[in-house]
Amino acid sequence: MTSANQIRMPAGGASASPAGPHRAGRDSARRADNRRKWYEIIGLTTPAVLIYVMFVLVPMGFAVYYSLFRWRGVGPPTEFVGLRNYTLAFQDPIFLDALRNNAIIVFGSLLIQGPIALGVALLLNRRFRGRAVFRLLVFVPYVLAEVTVGIMWKLLLTGDGTVDALMRSLGMGGLVQAWLADLDVVIWTLLAILTWKYVGFAIILLLAGLSNVPDELTEAAAIDGASWWQIQRHVTIPLLGPTIRIWMFLSMIGSLQIFDMIWVTSVPAVRSLGASATMATYMVDNGFFARLWGYGNAVAVILFVISFVAALLFQRFLLRRDIEGAITGRAK
Amino acid sequence: MAVNSVLPPSTGRRQVSWGTPLTYALALAIAAVSIAPVIYVVIGGFRTTPQIVADPAGLPDPFVWDNYARVLTQSNFWQQAFNSAVIALGTTLAVVVLGLAAAFVLARYRFRGREGLYTFFTLGLLFPAGAAILPLYLMLRDLNLINSYYAVILPQVAFSLPLTIVILRPFLSAIPRELEDAAAIDGASRLGFLWRVAMPLSRPALVTVGVLAFVASWNSFLLPLLVLSDVNLHTLPLGVQNFSSQYTTDTAGVLAFTSLAMLPALLFFTLAEKQIVGGLQGAVKG
Repeated sequence: MTSANQIRMPAGGASASPAGPHRAGRDSARRADNRRKWYEIIGLTTPAVLIYVMFVLVPMGFAVYYSLFRWRGVGPPTEFVGLRNYTLAFQDPIFLDALRNNAIIVFGSLLIQGPIALGVALLLNRRFRGRAVFRLLVFVPYVLAEVTVGIMWKLLLTGDGTVDALMRSLGMGGLVQAWLADLDVVIWTLLAILTWKYVGFAIILLLAGLSNVPDELTEAAAIDGASWWQIQRHVTIPLLGPTIRIWMFLSMIGSLQIFDMIWVTSVPAVRSLGASATMATYMVDNGFFARLWGYGNAVAVILFVISFVAALLFQRFLLRRDIEGAITGRAK
Repeated sequence: MAVNSVLPPSTGRRQVSWGTPLTYALALAIAAVSIAPVIYVVIGGFRTTPQIVADPAGLPDPFVWDNYARVLTQSNFWQQAFNSAVIALGTTLAVVVLGLAAAFVLARYRFRGREGLYTFFTLGLLFPAGAAILPLYLMLRDLNLINSYYAVILPQVAFSLPLTIVILRPFLSAIPRELEDAAAIDGASRLGFLWRVAMPLSRPALVTVGVLAFVASWNSFLLPLLVLSDVNLHTLPLGVQNFSSQYTTDTAGVLAFTSLAMLPALLFFTLAEKQIVGGLQGAVKG
């Protein structure tokens, strides 16, 4: 609002003063139009800005404030404890377990879903009859609510349930576990369910990215005598880079916040021992249900900072160029 | 990105061929793994609990309609489906209207601070909704909004706005300047241009944005779990969870309830598959 206006203002005034009444009329009409333009800008953006500020930005500010108090949620917070809630969280072995579980889910999702999705997408990157049906079916787990998926797998995985029976009939009875009750097994079971739910999303995303790789490039490589694998390795996969990185970004952010599926699938007792807790379930268990509001908000801030820093680092080092076009849209 | 996704996909130019056996074997295996558990749940709803306990992986023998009938007549299924629909439709409508208005300004007006405002909105993409849930609950409590549809709709709209604006803005920017000039010559104001030209032209993007907001709202769980304690306001995801923890021994009933809860999402997805996948592809194309 400062420099450019100050330069422009005298120029406009100078051109208006020596001009006749005709010029001045056009000038005031323009000024009226300019005013109307600003009314429109303010009128059209204010509702979105207000609701966005009020429900996205303000709550995070309050979380920081509440996190400095010991507070049971009744009346205004008065017992200021500084950063004690934060040090308490990092001393709680259950919270450290939750952090470890989030790390397992973040890296497990990337390392398992990535290669599977890439392999499948490369092999299916050709037009074939029935591709539309295939795309529809692969996408089903992604569209279902996490809650529904969680309940479904919980039923399938009950002791002596469907999965166990199926494994026994395939001669793998020795591998049967207490899938959701064994403290050492449960997080891997949950990772497997998450893989089932989200690998289709990765496949669809990569297939979409592959459809943008020009046929001319792969055809030219083939004419030059490159094998199928060489073409994938040196032409297709590098061109797929932006898509892969955006998928990694979305997967990472989703994994850090994961709540629904974990909440409905895992037994509360197992969760309270830390075996299947994540940062989000730990936050809701302690903050909302145990009414430790100050402490819960401190966990919320930790969760927020970890996600925010991870997102920024990822953008800075991996997304740099992609992000402009893809996640934030074109700036111009 | 914008112009590309407006145009219909360029299929059909080339003869669609049959794939190799390997392609089909792989495609079939992946599709089977994706869909088998879902089919199992739907079929399981047609069995009785003793049948399921005796042979977990068997087929219905005889077919029983009772579970589905029971869920549809005796549970809160319809009430919960109605609540889910009201919240999802309200969220979608508000996201599309507010998002379009803001994106239109950010795309078609030149003013100081425009890029700053845009960056301000895109910042929201980095704010995880899950992390804000506790202070959000406290705020809604202070506003006396707990146990109302608004308690779910308003935060959902707020958290959907950044992505909506990011998707809509390039669409609106891509509308040629000449169209705006022509509309002005015909006497249309800028708002008239928005209503009569920009909105119809960006319909594909509006549909994509609307579908994404609808599906996210339909499936959401954490926010309703905290702010809707009144059973009469429960949405379907809450209903599925409650039903399954209330009737732990009624496996067949839980299977029936779960498959009925999946049904609307699956139907909706089949109808809107193009928009959902198209929206994701748009995001990837950049």
